[in-house]
Amino acid sequence: MSANLVAPVHPVEPTSTRTKPANHAVRIGAEPSALGRRLILGIIGTIFLIPVIAMIEFTFRDGLAGSYTVVHWTGLFSEESARTYRGLYQAIENSLVLAAVTVGIVLVLLLPTMVLVHMQFPRLKRTLEFICIIPITVPAIVLVVGLAPVYSVIVQVLGGSTWTLAFAYGITVLPYAYRAIQSNLDAIPVKTLSEAASTLGAGWMTVLWHVLLPNLRRGVLAASFISIAVVLGEFTIASLLNRRNLQTALLQISQSDPWVAVIFALFALALAFVLLLIIGRLGSATPSRRKS
Amino acid sequence: MTTTLTESRATSAPVTGATVQLSAVVKAFAGHTALNSIDLNVAPGELVALLGPSGCGKTTALRSISGLESIDSGRILIDGEDVADTPTNKRDIGMVFQAYSLFPHMTVLENVEFGLKMRKVAASRRRERALESLDMVGLTKHRDRFAHQLSGGQQQRVALARALVTRPRVLLLDEPLSALDAKVRVQLREEIRRIQTELGITTVFVTHDQEEALAVADRVAVMRDGRIEQIGTPEELYATPTNAFVADFVGLSNRMPANLIDGTVTLHGCNLNLLGDPMPDGPVIALVRPEDMVLAADGIAGTVIASSFLGSLRRTRVRLSDGTVVAIQHEVERHPLPGEPVSVRLKGAPVSALALKPKK
Amino acid sequence: MALAKPANRRRRLAYAGLTPFAAYVLIFLALPTILAVVTGFFSDDGTLTFDNVTGLFTPTILATFGSSFWLSGVTAVIGAVVGALICYAMLGTKVGGLLRTIIESAASVLAQFGGVMLAFAFIATIGVQGLVTAILRDTFGLDIFADGVWLYQVPGLILPYVYFQVPLMVITFLPALTALRPQWAEASATLGGTRFAYWRHIAAPVLAPAFLGSLLLLFANAFSSFATAAALISQGSQIVSLQIRSALVSETVLGRENMAGALALGMIVVMVVVMWAYSVLQSRTSRWQQ
Repeated sequence: MSANLVAPVHPVEPTSTRTKPANHAVRIGAEPSALGRRLILGIIGTIFLIPVIAMIEFTFRDGLAGSYTVVHWTGLFSEESARTYRGLYQAIENSLVLAAVTVGIVLVLLLPTMVLVHMQFPRLKRTLEFICIIPITVPAIVLVVGLAPVYSVIVQVLGGSTWTLAFAYGITVLPYAYRAIQSNLDAIPVKTLSEAASTLGAGWMTVLWHVLLPNLRRGVLAASFISIAVVLGEFTIASLLNRRNLQTALLQISQSDPWVAVIFALFALALAFVLLLIIGRLGSATPSRRKS
Repeated sequence: MTTTLTESRATSAPVTGATVQLSAVVKAFAGHTALNSIDLNVAPGELVALLGPSGCGKTTALRSISGLESIDSGRILIDGEDVADTPTNKRDIGMVFQAYSLFPHMTVLENVEFGLKMRKVAASRRRERALESLDMVGLTKHRDRFAHQLSGGQQQRVALARALVTRPRVLLLDEPLSALDAKVRVQLREEIRRIQTELGITTVFVTHDQEEALAVADRVAVMRDGRIEQIGTPEELYATPTNAFVADFVGLSNRMPANLIDGTVTLHGCNLNLLGDPMPDGPVIALVRPEDMVLAADGIAGTVIASSFLGSLRRTRVRLSDGTVVAIQHEVERHPLPGEPVSVRLKGAPVSALALKPKK
Repeated sequence: MALAKPANRRRRLAYAGLTPFAAYVLIFLALPTILAVVTGFFSDDGTLTFDNVTGLFTPTILATFGSSFWLSGVTAVIGAVVGALICYAMLGTKVGGLLRTIIESAASVLAQFGGVMLAFAFIATIGVQGLVTAILRDTFGLDIFADGVWLYQVPGLILPYVYFQVPLMVITFLPALTALRPQWAEASATLGGTRFAYWRHIAAPVLAPAFLGSLLLLFANAFSSFATAAALISQGSQIVSLQIRSALVSETVLGRENMAGALALGMIVVMVVVMWAYSVLQSRTSRWQQ
């Protein structure tokens, strides 16, 4: 073998094991140190928990007496409460119906349109995207100014019940629902799949129902959950069009019984958190595209 | 030589590179040992290629030299000094990554100037030297472009210019060509070799492509599972591999069942010398190079399966009478057709052998 | 041309498939927007007038816009800085891992956590009887309302707004921060750069467009926000969205409904400018993300 050594070799010292230095990414500044991370997230996280804790603490207060009681929680299940809170329960029902109808609009109007544009009218994609982003630029408070005359017509045609608000809500959830479905559409090879299916003999209905929709489950679920969260939290349009939904009812009842109002606010918050946690997990559960 | 980065390196004359030495370097990640006591000595101005399959530790070894990976035990010496406590930015090295390493918001020129800027070189001098470096890789006229406007090959040339502008004492290349098209790869590896020789800079080059390693390096270290299996010149590795892994990894080999008796491999009636360390007697798999076999008038009987035209030579696959399929490399004038009966003869070159695993 | 017919018919059918959505968007988005803007140009007896629009430039209304700008600007900056800090702390965490999922979900929820529920939360926290108010008073002797109860005025909106601005920043800025390639930091180190040099010369300039874009988005978000302010400030019109409310709801002053239209126009103009700047910055960001 040729000489492997040209330069003088230094005698090998007994192997020194040094204390492990920080991970290289931390040393070059690309990442915060574990301590820094914990400090930042810990402090900010605690600050953000304070209002939630304050809400919880509030629900256990006994009026101005200064002591604590569970009566506000137990009162939810008592006989008299069913009467007193009937308005609130009605409002909750309204909100749930609104959420359902809004999700319906997303599934029946938005989803097919997005799939259609993606498959047949790719040049309209930018337009569709623009339309679905407009509700961010035209916020609810502005929209409602113009919705009042529109709804005065709707009331004549469909009656004055609350569920018709869902038409307006469908617009307000457009940006979120669009983004959720579009990121799913972008991730699956729609054109290739439908072409493969049609060479195998499938008609467009079969392609839509059996090939595309099953692959869009993640985006559709995410869009639905986000829409539900947004609808449950909506106040502006309901309030200014004089309808009762969860949020307007909470505001009203907070004046007579603030504790129950806060309890239900906590429920709504928890529900939204669970929904969005599920969406988050859904997103990470799908396998990423494998490299060929 | 000191570790401070001073203006004394301001000249663009060729620098005799530093020595690089790894002594008994061990590095373990959670679960597996990436480097299992590596010893490596790189002479000044030498280009050593670290070659091996993915997971063999070659990239870890390279990153340990750069300081981007810390080691658990052992020593890393650059020009004789232990760099264990020297952070990456003070080691005076140049590094070229596989891809995406150009700063996206800076022009090509600004990218190349960056190392000089970190060394507080004055602006005019900086520009001068950066243009020189760009000229070395032939991209002067792209100096005001941005990374996303360049092709993959051009980006890597800029990365090279950027790494070399400070005249570091060691150049480290982490699979710089793997993300490029085949033709660009061949062109660029020759350019890298040319520049490296001109500058006389000590270089360590990691690759998984054995053709690349053989073409470019002064010496090649074949690695597997955190160890260096063999280090030597490309010719040595190809002709005299010390074990079957190296023989199999470097260049093509045909696997043919044979018998080993007393250091001699008996294969189809031929007696061939065994390459590498002695092995116990018994049935083995002999590794025979395609160019060590010929299509002759007589010999082992076989049928042609297919023949591939490779420009300057042909490679023909033949099924021998005992069922083994071998590839034979020969001149292009002979064009065997599928199904044609042929005879194969061994030239008699020494072979490596793999021990046959005992049947359970 | 027998082949052309079925293709044409299919094409026309496909266009027909677009009509339901188009009609929906027309009636419930285009129409209300146009109505909102156009009513500003009419007086209550139906005549065309610029009075409402010029009314936007009266001191009271200008002050309202000023308050909105001030509130949106302050909460956008605070939200951007704190949010960016959180994103920085998340660098290097496993994508799809538990920590990240929790923070991302929490951010999604809190970004939506507006209006009434948020108002409750802050009344419970720093209201006159709030938990933190009490702790500060009893333990530290600090009476935060010594100079008057500010929670129910514009300064009192800052804390609740920041509460949903920070999560929104995390949602919009995190993708940009995680798009920082590790090779850049490594290359910077091999070229002799310190950690500070990396952030100053590489990370910060690369992130700047995304950061500013997110800042603008936060500004737009606060400017167009209504529910929180409405819940905390039951009467009054200190910011533009509340001004719109009083214009819509008031029964005392005639012609105020059309004032709402003018205000809506003003708000749309601001939003369009901000969102246009945002989209310009977004395209800058994506240009570098190869």
